[in-house]
Amino acid sequence: MDNLFASFKERAEAVSAEVHRCGTAAEARDFVQGLLKEVGGTALWAPCAFLEAEGRPAFPGLSYDVTRERAAEAKVGISQMDWALADTGTLVVDATGVEGRLVSTLPQIHVALIGADRLLPDMASVLGRIKPSKAGYLSMITGPSRTADIERVLTIGVHGPERLVIVFVEGSAA
Amino acid sequence: MTTTFKESIQDALANPNLRGALGRFSEAYKISREKAYAGMDFEAVRDAVRDVKAYGASHLEELAEAFKAKAEAAGAKVYRASDPAEVKAYILALAKENGVRSIVKSKSMATEEIHLNKHLEAEGIEVYETDLGEWIIQLCHQTPSHMVMPAIHMTKEEVAEVFSTKVEEGQQPDIPKLVKFARGKLRNRFLGADMGISGANIAVAETGSLVLITNEGNARLVTTLPRIHVAVVGIEKLVATFQDVQPILQALPRNATSQLLTSYVSVITGQVPNTDGSPKQLHIILMDNKRSEMAADPKFRQALQCIRCASCLNVCPVFRLVGGHVFGKVYTGGIGTILTAWFDELKQSDDIQGLCIQCGACKDVCPGRIDIPELILELRRRLAVEKGMPLVQKAIFAVVNNRRLFHSLLRAASVAQKPFAKGGFIRHLPLFLSDLTDFRSLPAIAPRPFRDTFKEIVQPECKEKAAIYAGCLIDFSYPEMGESVVRVLNKAGIQVVFPEGQTCCGAPARYNGAYETAAGNAKDNIKALLEEDVTYVVSACPTCTVALKDDFIATFESLGMEDAIGDARKLAAKTLDFATLVKKLVDEGRLEFKDGQQAETVTYHDSCHLKRTLHAQQAPRDLLKKAGFTVTEMKECDICCGMAGSYSLKLPELSAPILERKLENIKDTGATSVAMDCPGCVMQIRGGLDKLGSGIKVEHTAVRLAKRLK
Ligand code: SF4
Repeated sequence: MDNLFASFKERAEAVSAEVHRCGTAAEARDFVQGLLKEVGGTALWAPCAFLEAEGRPAFPGLSYDVTRERAAEAKVGISQMDWALADTGTLVVDATGVEGRLVSTLPQIHVALIGADRLLPDMASVLGRIKPSKAGYLSMITGPSRTADIERVLTIGVHGPERLVIVFVEGSAA
Repeated sequence: MTTTFKESIQDALANPNLRGALGRFSEAYKISREKAYAGMDFEAVRDAVRDVKAYGASHLEELAEAFKAKAEAAGAKVYRASDPAEVKAYILALAKENGVRSIVKSKSMATEEIHLNKHLEAEGIEVYETDLGEWIIQLCHQTPSHMVMPAIHMTKEEVAEVFSTKVEEGQQPDIPKLVKFARGKLRNRFLGADMGISGANIAVAETGSLVLITNEGNARLVTTLPRIHVAVVGIEKLVATFQDVQPILQALPRNATSQLLTSYVSVITGQVPNTDGSPKQLHIILMDNKRSEMAADPKFRQALQCIRCASCLNVCPVFRLVGGHVFGKVYTGGIGTILTAWFDELKQSDDIQGLCIQCGACKDVCPGRIDIPELILELRRRLAVEKGMPLVQKAIFAVVNNRRLFHSLLRAASVAQKPFAKGGFIRHLPLFLSDLTDFRSLPAIAPRPFRDTFKEIVQPECKEKAAIYAGCLIDFSYPEMGESVVRVLNKAGIQVVFPEGQTCCGAPARYNGAYETAAGNAKDNIKALLEEDVTYVVSACPTCTVALKDDFIATFESLGMEDAIGDARKLAAKTLDFATLVKKLVDEGRLEFKDGQQAETVTYHDSCHLKRTLHAQQAPRDLLKKAGFTVTEMKECDICCGMAGSYSLKLPELSAPILERKLENIKDTGATSVAMDCPGCVMQIRGGLDKLGSGIKVEHTAVRLAKRLK
């Protein structure tokens, strides 16, 4: 598992994602709170297992009522991922619910929570597990939004988030 | 070639931005792509892509119906359209029915192919491209110059200018600021749009899913925010099973942008909720537009294996000089030429197919394993059949096909070099008759051809025999190369025979679409070479070797000359290029070179056919090292020198800058000489260096080795 994590971190950071690891769910909540404080603005948290298990923390500027208007305004969007792929630094999520998609597409910063036990080695291992017949919209996310359309110069943050903050949470909550 | 086409080449060449940007990109691409494939077996990946796509191409109808059933069961509406008019009519009716006033689009080559935007805008609907590059070219009413990077031909200054004049004044040529500006302006378009239009990179029959592969995040917004999603999908995107997406996900990002995976991959299956919770309308248009016709053509079916990665453009020595707009169409580069010939019509490709220099660089990187150069030759052949060949060319090939006449002309030319170089006639004959000396000195015709000097070589009697196939250049311009081959083989205990009946290998005819002539040449040569009882047929010209090994068979196949193929295969089995044969003899301990002191530092130029068709890049280097030379590598050692037979005559404006770059790379190594295995390359590179007054020696490997025999 440590090897997978090290590989994930290296690959994800190579494509400009930020990778953190929290020992407990409480630590993860503190991390999110700290981040929200640091960046300011409003935040939106999409429904997810983490919230069901841990309850909904009340942080200043944070809302759980996800609408397209709020998502368009929000600085930070928070949602939970289903799988992480070590060999490419990719997150995989069933994004059929529109809330999860809104908070991960429109805000400037996307915070992606994921259980530390959800790490898989590669694409092949996830393709065997996910079923398009069960999920209408599957998303794979590898780093923040990017473009190189002008003079081949890599620029982060075009239409999607310009920061992708990945938080691995140990224990069962996420 | 039409004058407007020639002019468009001149314009592109005169654009320093274009050449600088594309040149730098293609250099960086080669390295970054290799890095992206580190630890992965590219050949295995592309075998898998080829298999998946080839299966799709041969089961289009079946997969389309299966896809339709699955996607509709999941709540999508699937419409099968046979031509562009049907696609446009469907989308327009849908837009009208739903009161659509504004549309956002994510990048889709299929909609570019049918010029969808123009059609919708004419009906008063606002259409916004949201991929940054597509938006830029939409604003300035251009077509994409590259399948993956549509605005690669523009500088940041030009982009700032476009934004300032078309969107909002005062934009500065600062890339991060320009990107931010686009984000800000398009954000409201996403939020305000009634319809989103996307393409799809893959359509999965087994599940009815669409796979969208993007970096900017615009496709996620296009498929999430508007209440209607329309996907326009060429039927060649169909694959059978969900597992089949894997090799494509491995190959496409690595080949297209040297990424392990793009930022976003979305798999959409059926209806998903809108942002207000209502079910989203999903319309999938499976567009045929000549694709099934293509699938029914045994030659061109493989073109449907394309996954639109554009690497064939990135490695093309011609594309990087002129960019995409010279191709004048939606699809650019090598594969673009083929798609244009099909999606538009054959004669639309008449000029652009001539841009292909047949170096094979694209074939080497294509993840779909498409033989792009071969398909372009097939276009050439069909064009020649359709239009008929120009009379002058016909006359020339009639001469080439008559060995005695051809050879007596060549002999005459050696006596009086000039008279033959007048008028259009001779310019099209094999190159050494040309008087074109703009950018390189041409070789003279040797006073005596190799077929004459050969008779005077005193050879030992040996048990084993090889037949030498000289080819026109060695025979009539560079007999010393042929003599060197004989000396090296003699030393290894092989006696060499020269079958008199041999003639031109037919490559000039074949590369010009004159397959009947090529077939005539093939028959004469097969007869002459099979008459001898020899172990090997050896040639020191890679183009000729490829003709003997592959092209004769391919030409007969193309013309349906089944009877001739058996003998062609017999010849192919015996034929070896010089370096490969000699390496084999050295490995068997039959041949040794002088060792001891370092002879000289040489750099090695890989000839296109030797490296990419015969895969003999290591043998000549090993041999040179064994013969005491220090081999130092040049940058881009395997990029075409620009010679390519008559290419340098037809498109000297492209051949010259390709050569220029090659010469720079040679000089940069500091080597005192450059070796290569192709007489054509020797002619091109020696001529180029002569013109520059450089003292760097240019020699065929055979000549170098012959001087170092023990
Ligand atoms: S032909 Fe091959 S290299 Fe060219 S775009 Fe298609 S898949 Fe890529």
